[in-house]
Amino acid sequence: MLKIGIPIFPGSNCDRDIYHVLTKFYKIKTDFIWHKKDKIKNYNAIVIPGGFSFGDRLRAGLIAAHSPIIKEVKRLGNDGVPVLGICNGFQILVESQLLPGSLIKNNSLNFICKWTDLKVRNTNTPFTSKFKMNELFKIPIANGEGRFILNKAQLKEVKKKNQIVFSYHNDDPNGSIDSIAGITNEERNIVGMMPHPERTCQSELKLFGLTNSAMKIFDSLIAYIKK
Amino acid sequence: MSHREFNVIVTIQNKSFINDPEGETIYHDLILKNQYKNIKSVRTAKVLKLVVNAKNPLEARSSVKKMCEDLRIFNPIVSDCQINLLCDNNN
Repeated sequence: MLKIGIPIFPGSNCDRDIYHVLTKFYKIKTDFIWHKKDKIKNYNAIVIPGGFSFGDRLRAGLIAAHSPIIKEVKRLGNDGVPVLGICNGFQILVESQLLPGSLIKNNSLNFICKWTDLKVRNTNTPFTSKFKMNELFKIPIANGEGRFILNKAQLKEVKKKNQIVFSYHNDDPNGSIDSIAGITNEERNIVGMMPHPERTCQSELKLFGLTNSAMKIFDSLIAYIKK
Repeated sequence: MSHREFNVIVTIQNKSFINDPEGETIYHDLILKNQYKNIKSVRTAKVLKLVVNAKNPLEARSSVKKMCEDLRIFNPIVSDCQINLLCDNNN
């Protein structure tokens, strides 16, 4: 039976939203996994939720990156299991060095909560196969430390290796380099993104008239693990 | 040789290629507006004050440096980390 794990940390607050999406819309068995757990098995995918792990002390995601469950996520990730980090989950993946770069305070220094437009820049990941290349879609963002930074050499490298997955389109909510909103590792099984696809799952949550294209992220994942 | 306590200051500051909107606001909207024209720039930073048990200042410093690198107290992509021993009577 297919099974997806949602690691949770003190301060995670989007865990139940993702659980709702995976169990209600895709009927996938989904477990919450407390951060102290140091041995997990038989997971087909891992989704690290947003929130404020450990109060985002020192730097968002840093303390969570040292927790026992992340050692297991690294092990699974290295074995090719799809791992998605959303918002704080993205920050944790970056601080765990499963993804390159750094996420720092937004240029405005404000917490930004709004809808924005994303462009798909890589359809060759377990989370984007249902999109068309350069497809545009609307999605909510909610972050204070969402400004994604790479140094010059890394930017060149990720462009060369086609690791940029999503970028902001006609919007610059946090000052991210090259407008990057989501990135993948070289093997393309681990993706981190600041926006929240789980917040588009029901019509009540969406702006009037929007289609729920952001859900293609989960459509892609489920198709991938069912293969 | 017996161990002593040393006060060590760790300063984490973003590298120069990262702009510092908080420092810029402090500079333009507080310092310059109040005529402190001799001040030329401001960069904000995060400071950790540690009390470290070590044999000597060198060991205190090197153990903190190791800890900062092992635990990624600073993200080397965006930040520099400066480690200073606080000079007081105890040190």
